[in-house]
Amino acid sequence: MLELRQITKRFGDVLANDRVDIVVKPATIHAIVGENGAGKSTAMRIAYGFYTADSGEILVDGHVRDIKSPHDAIALGIGMVHQHFMLVETMTVAENIVLGAEPGNTLALDIKSAASQIRKLSEEFKLAVNPNEPIEHLSVGQQQRVELLKALYRHARLLILDEPTAVLTPLEVEEFFAILRRMREQGKTVIIITHKLSEVLAISDEVTVMRDGKVVGRVQTKDTNAAELARLMVGREVLLRVEKSDPDVGRPKLEVNKLSVIDRNGSKRVNDVTFNVRSGEIVGIAGVEGNGQTELIEALAGLVDPAYIKGEMIFEGKSLNHMGARVRRELGIAHIPEDRHRRGLLLDFMLTENSILGVHYRPPITALAGGVFLDNNAIQRRADEIIQRFDVRPPNAALPARALSGGNQQKLIIGREYHVNPKLLLVSQPTRGVDIGAIEFIHRQLVALRDAGCAILLVSAELEEVTSLSDRLLIIHDGRIAGEVDPKVATLEEIGLLMTRGH
Amino acid sequence: MGFGRKVLDASFESKRMRDIFTWSLIVSVAESTIRLATPLVLAAFGGLFSERSGVINIALEGKMLAGAFTAAAVTYAADTRLGVGTASPWIGLLGGMVAGLFIAVIYAVSCIKYKADQVVSGAAINILMIGIPGFLSGALFLSSGSTPQIPKDHLLPQSPWLIALVILLLLAAISYVLYKTPFGLRLRSVGENPEAADAAGVSVSRIRYSGVLLAGVLAGLGGAYLSIGQSSLFTRNMTAGRGFIALAALIFGKWRPVPTLLACLLFGFTEAVSILLQGVYKLPSGEDIPVQFINMVPYVLTIVVLAGFIGSSRPPRALGIPYEKEK
Repeated sequence: MLELRQITKRFGDVLANDRVDIVVKPATIHAIVGENGAGKSTAMRIAYGFYTADSGEILVDGHVRDIKSPHDAIALGIGMVHQHFMLVETMTVAENIVLGAEPGNTLALDIKSAASQIRKLSEEFKLAVNPNEPIEHLSVGQQQRVELLKALYRHARLLILDEPTAVLTPLEVEEFFAILRRMREQGKTVIIITHKLSEVLAISDEVTVMRDGKVVGRVQTKDTNAAELARLMVGREVLLRVEKSDPDVGRPKLEVNKLSVIDRNGSKRVNDVTFNVRSGEIVGIAGVEGNGQTELIEALAGLVDPAYIKGEMIFEGKSLNHMGARVRRELGIAHIPEDRHRRGLLLDFMLTENSILGVHYRPPITALAGGVFLDNNAIQRRADEIIQRFDVRPPNAALPARALSGGNQQKLIIGREYHVNPKLLLVSQPTRGVDIGAIEFIHRQLVALRDAGCAILLVSAELEEVTSLSDRLLIIHDGRIAGEVDPKVATLEEIGLLMTRGH
Repeated sequence: MGFGRKVLDASFESKRMRDIFTWSLIVSVAESTIRLATPLVLAAFGGLFSERSGVINIALEGKMLAGAFTAAAVTYAADTRLGVGTASPWIGLLGGMVAGLFIAVIYAVSCIKYKADQVVSGAAINILMIGIPGFLSGALFLSSGSTPQIPKDHLLPQSPWLIALVILLLLAAISYVLYKTPFGLRLRSVGENPEAADAAGVSVSRIRYSGVLLAGVLAGLGGAYLSIGQSSLFTRNMTAGRGFIALAALIFGKWRPVPTLLACLLFGFTEAVSILLQGVYKLPSGEDIPVQFINMVPYVLTIVVLAGFIGSSRPPRALGIPYEKEK
């Protein structure tokens, strides 16, 4: 169906694709796996005409084709669903689906006939959506169905799906896989880009593994296993499970009492939440994104205006409610934010400067009369310490943070927050967009900090991560704690149900 | 008895007079509202196309000036050199549209092809258009800044009700294009989420060029109406910020055709009233309120409206952001 031959693509100094060969057979589900930056998305974006290759050729149905834009790819029957959905939120499902391939003539848009055609397609593939609903009213899972319909509406025979499950709950993933199998039965070919090995094994027929822009393995799914795939992806043996001993739990560090966080529209994003975190334990919060996790962590970190907060937040017996973020940090509360680009780093600043954020105003970073000047030697020393201890690569403190990969940016933030010896660590999505190798490292660091007696509150959308790291697991749904489970015995189904239904 | 009747008659007469006076006042305010709103409506509708496609159109002012000058110059030339008489304003109108288009091409290339900052290049065009008409009129007509007077019967039709009809037709056409044609769908999607449009096979730059060029034509038309409709010659900087008021009306109208038209009428109305007020009210000292002060009204309203009333107005999401296709 699709064949990439010797595709090479260079972005500046980076060789994103180095003589990549990928062969996808018709009516199969083909997984392309690899770490971030391995070049899998680049290769597929070339196949879809988003990028043009520097050299190499693309064959569709055995013929060499020149794909210069998505328009060309669509004409050849190739559709792509991007990791970040390509939907216009203010417009309806039908408008989004027909965009660029409108029915009717130039002078009149026939949205009614489009809607009926969309209904027919959604019945055929069991992709239930209402064509007249605006996108902004849909759940993420429904939006993904719109993306699939968009491709099917354009008569796509080959669907390229970039990290399609990243945004879905476990239940939605099951439904989604059923849809993919149905498509394969109908003769469609599916390429799925992912780094979740369990999903590769569950859904695909064949796997292409990429590393550092090269194809390093081609295997039949039935002949392989997670350990082998991980080894191919990373290039060394990887520990897939987190190893940790039983927690040595101390006194409660953080007590949250009937906490509510209200947004500007007056609705409760966090609703009457009560829990505590004791020193020496990791308390996990699992939930579908957007159920109040962000607001909860930001309230605890001091990033929410107290006027929007009800209830109590108590740290070591002191109320945090009216303390600013700086005071909280001085008490020993560290925060690893979910969005490292927005809250964690100044991307265009050097690693040295980024490594002192939060302590930039006090000795030993400042010198002379308690803090008039920045002490460049102290800053350099601190940055070097963090880079060395947390294996930040490349180890050059003069680089801007932007030049680092996601995993290395995250290691820098973690190093910075660890450096103040926190008593309570608030950490959100610690391994989002981070490579398997670095994930392993970050997980070990979190467990080490726990063992050193720190209280850790962990929010993660990765169910496997939050269950394997946590000592206690709270499930949040619609701003409320829907339940607490013992992560050692709870099943993923049980947790998934609490995440979606809330009881 | 007779005396009483006379008084009664007089008061009846004066009431009738007052009614007639009030009615004619309303009509005259309505007519001048339409007349004064027309250039705003044309420019704002142009801005609508440009901004819904994601390109800020701060250069409306400059395009109006280009349209106004060219229309006046062409009309005068057609009148005196070609002797086409009453056809000359129509040639002038066409000239104004072409001038707006020409400026729009420059703006579009810098903003879309070269991804220049839209506010900065728009401002540059506005400044350029303060100077160029003056320079050209000096070269062509040996005057400093204005074009020669055009005879009254060689101007565009003035009837406010005819103009109102044209505006309503234009409104219908624009609404239809925006909401009922594939082009409109693409235009709106490109302004909201160009990545999505690109992924769907829509050429973002082609749509944006169309939006900006349409804006140029309509703004040029608005400028032309100013010089060869409302007035009979081009004078230096004669738009006096109307391009910006049109932009304000567009924002006040939430980038939608009908509310934008209503916002333009509101601004036209304040201008009409401010003209009416000149010399009517006196300061306590007995002097007239300075004209300059009354002329401020539409501009003050612009600030008040934009600062206070549009809290919920949401611009097209990609407005002002050049689309960078990853290479």
